[in-house]
Amino acid sequence: MKRYQSTPAVASSEGRLADNIIYFARTLRKAGMRVGPAAVKDAIEAVLTAGIGTRDDFYWTLHAVLVNRREDHATFDEAFRLYWRSRELVEKMLAMFSPTAPDTREKQKSRAAENRVSEALFEGQRKNQPPREVPELDVDARFTFSGNEVLRQKDFAQMTAAELAEARSAISELRLPDDEVKTRRFRPDLRGHRADPRAMMREALKTGGDLMLPKFRSRRVMHPPLVVLADISGSMSEYTRIFLHFMHALAEKRQRVHTFVFGTRLTNLTRQLRHRDPDEALAQCAETVKDWSGGTRIGETLHEFNKYWSRRVLGQGAVVLLITDGLERDDIGGLEQEMERLHKSCRRLIWLNPLLRFDGFEAKARGVRAMLPHVDEFRPVHSLDALAGLCDALSSGRNARFDPRRMQNQFEFAVG
Amino acid sequence: MAATKSRPIPSSIDDTVQLLADEDYVADRSLATVLYLSLKMGRPLFLEGEAGVGKTEIAKVLASALGRKLIRLQCYEGLDVSSAVYEWNYAAQMIEIRMEEATGKSDRGELEKNVFSEKYLIRRPILEALQGETGAAPVLLIDELDRTDEAFEAFLLEILSDFQVTVPELGTIRAEEPPIVVITTNRTREIHDALKRRCLYHWVDYPDAKRELEIIRRKVPQANQRLSAEIVAYVQKLREIDLFKVPGVAETIDWAGALNELDKVALDPETVSDTIGVLLKYQDDIARISQGENARLLEEVKAELTAA
Repeated sequence: MKRYQSTPAVASSEGRLADNIIYFARTLRKAGMRVGPAAVKDAIEAVLTAGIGTRDDFYWTLHAVLVNRREDHATFDEAFRLYWRSRELVEKMLAMFSPTAPDTREKQKSRAAENRVSEALFEGQRKNQPPREVPELDVDARFTFSGNEVLRQKDFAQMTAAELAEARSAISELRLPDDEVKTRRFRPDLRGHRADPRAMMREALKTGGDLMLPKFRSRRVMHPPLVVLADISGSMSEYTRIFLHFMHALAEKRQRVHTFVFGTRLTNLTRQLRHRDPDEALAQCAETVKDWSGGTRIGETLHEFNKYWSRRVLGQGAVVLLITDGLERDDIGGLEQEMERLHKSCRRLIWLNPLLRFDGFEAKARGVRAMLPHVDEFRPVHSLDALAGLCDALSSGRNARFDPRRMQNQFEFAVG
Repeated sequence: MAATKSRPIPSSIDDTVQLLADEDYVADRSLATVLYLSLKMGRPLFLEGEAGVGKTEIAKVLASALGRKLIRLQCYEGLDVSSAVYEWNYAAQMIEIRMEEATGKSDRGELEKNVFSEKYLIRRPILEALQGETGAAPVLLIDELDRTDEAFEAFLLEILSDFQVTVPELGTIRAEEPPIVVITTNRTREIHDALKRRCLYHWVDYPDAKRELEIIRRKVPQANQRLSAEIVAYVQKLREIDLFKVPGVAETIDWAGALNELDKVALDPETVSDTIGVLLKYQDDIARISQGENARLLEEVKAELTAA
């Protein structure tokens, strides 16, 4: 570090390094990573600190500072490859800034023509705009693997002010079953049952220790995390808008809500729904999800959820809200096991079924039979024209009607 | 460990690799880079990864390689300030009040100062970590941060950015030299971006075959070469299968140790199915492997090793 601080060339070359890193960070931002100005500053500092000698070290140095979610690794990798594509660009920069890379500089001198080319590229990038090669994650290629998977875009009608007000009031009245857990934190409580020695001690000093009055505290209560898994396949498509509004309103009101939607694939919408404006949030969801109103693969998507997400979002006694009609297209082989695993990894599994109100529902429901034994509650939704209907279905207290075993018996009776 | 003198931090990435290797920790270049940067820039190191890939081990190795004290804060749900940072010794405080009373002192200011003095302060890991001497700052390991709740995470923000703690009755305690902070998480929930932003992030992945073999060689030196090669090849194959939980490095080391204890010199289907519980911890996974896949995997392993 000391060495290049003493050389006079440093000021200008540091500027170039900074420019390139700034452009690189901008490229990452365009590709969807969240890289703030502070991270860019850190990146420059890190590169100067590391005094790196190889492309690899340079890569991992930037990686250490700019990537802070594992999901971003692939994006970073691609962006790095494209941005620093010309090998000479990196090597040349390293030669300039790092005291440990004298060899590369010599090598470069022997290949003068290439050197000029890279210089031109370097200049061009430096002078103006961020480089053209913004890594576009090519998604379409992968999405053609299945014939019966239909990928559609979807537009949602904007929410009217009245609707919005209604949705908020419906959510504020929502009382989920089993929705409170005791934490191990405390709050002062006059009628509590646990002594609060620290408060007593502080209070006692007011009187110089003459008078020590008992103080109490009790456990704080909070909502457990809520995970919503909603079906957006063709059979459920008319309700999708309601679900999304419901999930958005929930995420707005409560702290720990994770939302997923599934049709033929599983999509995590938690971040999209964090957007305050519901229309904006829904627009982002519409953009993210690729399989609106397509087929259903409940078993497969649940498998994906169990494998990749359950251990990340079901901690600390989460309640799972599964919204689906249970009409499974694929064979139901894996479905039962996946439901069982899901059931065993959460505190309470509530299945909300909008099709339960239709007659003749039982006949086709092989998937339903496979899923029923593994839910804690099975609730019908009677009116799905408005959000209030959904909240109603969830708010009514614990009731024998919602016992899945009762439903199960009915099926067995119907099937004979 | 207490007797060893503290050593300065490494001066380059190569030094860092060497430092870890001297303590039998086989790190890849990316990990060494991020570790070096975190030491040099004084930033906490945030390690995320599956269970059993050696996250906690890094902090331990770092502490012993640098000759620093290791202070470990194991996180759990409901962890609060009184068990993470400090607590007052109430019983002793009451005695102090009683004593003052007995000697007839009645100056309130004086009494308060005596009762809430450092003498009665019980130091918990974080406060302890802030009291390192210059050049010998301890390594603070905040283990499995994902087990605590968001409230504690928010509290950590102050400590990780300023390395100071405020005790209302005493004032602000600031670290003379910030501790070397290593945070690990198993990703059972997402840690807030604000906290991650203050750290250098690294995803600790499963090692490749070459590095895993080197790890086995160092950790279970008694195991013979052929057996180790087979073990590593087998575990690497297992990681390619769609299992619910694939074995980590810790499991590989355990397995190598177990097979060594059983005096095995090579893998055979029977031994593998008898000892598979060391590697796989879910019944579904075990059932799947013992139903046929086991033999196929072993054949592949043997074929590969003879070809090589």
